[in-house]
Amino acid sequence: MFESLSDRLGGVFDALKKRGSLKAGDVDAAMRDIRIALLEADVALPVVKDFIAKVKEEAVGEQVLKSVTPGQQVVKVVHDALVGLLQSDDQDLTLIGEPPHAILMVGLQGSGKTTSTAKIAKRLTEKDRKKVLMASLDVYRPAAQEQLKILGEQTGVATLPIVAGQMPVDIAKRAMNAGRLGGYDVVMLDTAGRLHVDEQLMAEVAAVRDAAKPRETLLVADSMTGQDAVTVAKSFEDRVGLTGIVLTRVDGDARGGAALSMRQVTGKPIKFLGTGEKMDGLEAFRADRVAGRILGMGDVVSLVEKAAETIEAEEAEKIARKMQKGEFDLDDMASQLKQMRKMGGLEGVMGLLPGVGKIKKQMAGANIDPKMMLRQEAIISSMTPQERRNPGVLHASRKRRVAAGSGTSVQDVNKLLKQHQMMAKMMKQVAKMGKKGKMPFGLGGPGGADLSQLMGGGQMPGLGGPGQGLGGGQLPPGMGGFPPGFPKK
Amino acid sequence: MALTWFQKIKQGLTKTSSRLADGVAGIFTGKRRLDDDALEELEEVLISADLGPAMAARMVAELAKNKFDKEISDLEVREAFAAHVTSVLEPVAKPIAVDRTRKPHIVLVVGVNGSGKTTTIGKLAKHYSEQGLTVMLAAGDTFRAAAVEQLKVWGERTNCPVIAKETGADAASLAFDAIQQAKEQNVDLLLIDTAGRLHNKTGLMQELQKVVRVIGKQDPDAPHDTIMVLDATTGQNAVQQVSVFGDMVKVTGLVLTKLDGTAKGGVMVALADRFGLPVHCIGVGEQADDLRAFTANDFARGLMGLE
Repeated sequence: MFESLSDRLGGVFDALKKRGSLKAGDVDAAMRDIRIALLEADVALPVVKDFIAKVKEEAVGEQVLKSVTPGQQVVKVVHDALVGLLQSDDQDLTLIGEPPHAILMVGLQGSGKTTSTAKIAKRLTEKDRKKVLMASLDVYRPAAQEQLKILGEQTGVATLPIVAGQMPVDIAKRAMNAGRLGGYDVVMLDTAGRLHVDEQLMAEVAAVRDAAKPRETLLVADSMTGQDAVTVAKSFEDRVGLTGIVLTRVDGDARGGAALSMRQVTGKPIKFLGTGEKMDGLEAFRADRVAGRILGMGDVVSLVEKAAETIEAEEAEKIARKMQKGEFDLDDMASQLKQMRKMGGLEGVMGLLPGVGKIKKQMAGANIDPKMMLRQEAIISSMTPQERRNPGVLHASRKRRVAAGSGTSVQDVNKLLKQHQMMAKMMKQVAKMGKKGKMPFGLGGPGGADLSQLMGGGQMPGLGGPGQGLGGGQLPPGMGGFPPGFPKK
Repeated sequence: MALTWFQKIKQGLTKTSSRLADGVAGIFTGKRRLDDDALEELEEVLISADLGPAMAARMVAELAKNKFDKEISDLEVREAFAAHVTSVLEPVAKPIAVDRTRKPHIVLVVGVNGSGKTTTIGKLAKHYSEQGLTVMLAAGDTFRAAAVEQLKVWGERTNCPVIAKETGADAASLAFDAIQQAKEQNVDLLLIDTAGRLHNKTGLMQELQKVVRVIGKQDPDAPHDTIMVLDATTGQNAVQQVSVFGDMVKVTGLVLTKLDGTAKGGVMVALADRFGLPVHCIGVGEQADDLRAFTANDFARGLMGLE
C-alpha cells in the first residue's frame, strides 16, 4: 500500500533526466519525497528534518547527477545514511563486573516486555552459558507474574518465586539477593507496563533502578509505534536512563520508523529485534535490515528467512538436485506452488521484495485472482502420478478428466501445462548455466526463477510485457537468485 | 492516589494535543498569511500527530481552499482542522448496540498482540453488568502464557463467569462451548477473547477465520460484533492492520486503547476516512472503569488542543 521511496524518486528523476539539467526545485522535490517516505514509515518529524538536512548535500552531489539512475543513487545515499544512524558499536549486552548483573526491562503496556525478557533470558542461558534468574515486578496486570513463571518453565530459566502482595521495589531487592545467594550471573527484572506520563509509576521504576543497579536497562518498544515513539523514548531515558532498545514485532509488516526516532532521540543502541511469539524469536539488531524496511525497499532478509522457515530443507534439496539435471515435472511445480502459498502467496512474497511497488500496483489493477495458485494446485492434484511425471501423456480425454476433477476448465489445464513447459525449459537453461556449482538454497534457486515464470507465464494481463513484468528487465538482478552473501538459513 | 478518569483523560488529551497545538502555534505566531510554506509546515504537523501523509494533505488542501493567501491565526487553523476531523469522525462514533433478545449477543474481540484486548473485555464486562446485563466471558486466548488466568481475574473483578480451557486448547472449540453455555444460562452478552496475532501471519489469521466459522455454526448471524482493539500509539501500520483484519474476519467496529498516554490516536482519523468502521469506545487506563464512549467532537478538539 505504501509507495516505496525508489518508486517516488524514480518519478522525480525521470522527469529530470528528460530535461538534462538540475534545478533547485528538483532537489527540493526529491527531498520532499524522502521526507514523506520517512514520515509514512512513522519516523518522527523532528528526526526526519534533521536527517533531511544531513543527506541533502550528499544526495544531490555530482556523483548522483552523473549516474544513469539518479533516483536509485539517491536512495542508496539515503539508505547508507540511515544505516549509519541506526548502527552502533555497542549492540551487545555489556555484562562486566561482579555478577549477578541486573537487566531491567521497561516500556509501555503491551510492548512485549515479558516475552522479550524470556527470550533474552533463553538466549543468555543457551548461547552465552549464563545462569539466569527472571523476576516479574508486574504487580498490576492480572496474571503477569504467572505469565513469566510459565515462560520460565517453557524456556528452562529459573524464576523468582511469587510472593503475593509484595511491591516492585521489594521484589527487585529479593531478586538481587536470590541472585547473589544462588550464584546467578544475570537477574532479569521484568517490570509492569507503564505510561511515561504516569508520574507515580515512573517514580516507582526509578526506585527499582536504584535498588537493583542494573547493568542494562532496556526499553522494549513496538516497531508499529507511531510518532509518539520520540516522546516515550525520551521520557524513559530522562526518568530511568536507558542502555539500549529492544524493538519488538519486527515480524509484522510495519515500516518501523520508530526505531530511528528512538535511536536518535536517546542516542542509545538498538540491541535486539523481537521476531515472533516463539521463545527463539530474538535476533541481534541489524541496521541494514531496518533501514531497508523504513524506506519501503523491502526486506530481503525477511524473505530469505521466511523461505527458510517454510521451505522444508529436504524438499528444496530434492528440487535442487533435479534442477541440476534440468528436470522439472509437475510434482515439482506443485510443491513450489505450495511453498509460495505458505509464504503468503504472491502478494506476501512481493511485499518483501525490493523494487516491486509498481508491479504490485499493476497486479492489483490486473484483477489477479489470489485463488489462481490454489486452483493450479488442484489441477495438478487431479492428475495421476504418471501424468505428473510425464505431462506429455495428457491428451484431450485426460485433460477433461483433470478439469472435471479439479473443478476447472480444459483451458485452465492447458494454461497450466503451458506454464509448466516454460518453467521446465527455463530450468534446463539454468541447469546448463549452473553446472559449475550447486544451486543456491531454496528461493535463491528454484523459487526465484519460477516466480518470474509464474508472473510472466501469460496468465496475468499487463504483467508479462517487456520491462514491465517480473520477467522483464525491471527487477534488480537479485530476483533470479539473491545476491551472494545472504545467510543460507 | 490514582487520578480520576476526568483528570486522566484531560491530562492525556492535553499532553498529546500540545504537540499538535504547539506545532500549529509555532507556525503562526500571531497572524500569518496562509502561503505554500505555511501549508507545508501545517501538513507536517498533522503528520506528526499520526494522521498520515494522505489525510494530512487533504486537510491542508481543504484549509487552503477557503483561506489561501489570507491572514489567519493559529486558533482559526486549529478550529478549522477540528471541524474537519469532527466531520470525518462523526459518522463513525457509534456505541455497541447489544441486542438483549439474542441471548447471547456474541462479541468477538480481535487485534494484534499487546493492543489491550483482554483489558478491554474486562472493562466492557464491567460496563454492561452495571447496566443490568448478564455477561459471560470466553478465554479464547489459548496461546499466550497466563492469558487465561488474566481473563479469569477480570471475571472475578466483574463477577462474570469465565469459560476457559487450558492453554494450548483449540480456540474455536472453546468459543463453541462458550456459546452453548451462554445459551443454557440465558446470558445477554458473551464476550469472546482471542489471542493477539499480527495481521501478516497467514496461518494465525486463518485460525481466526476458523473461530468465526465455528461461531457461525451456533448462530448464523454471529458474531454479532467483531471488535478490533487498536493501540493509540500505533502509527501508520494501523491502516494495514484494519485492512487485513477487516478482509479476513469482517471487523464491525473499533476500540482505541491507551489514550491516557501522549499518543492521541491521530491514525483514527485516517482509519475513519478510509474504512468508515464504527468506533465504539476508547480506553483511558488499566482500571475496570477506564472506558469511555467515543465522541467525535471531543476527540477532534482534544487532538487539536482546543477546550
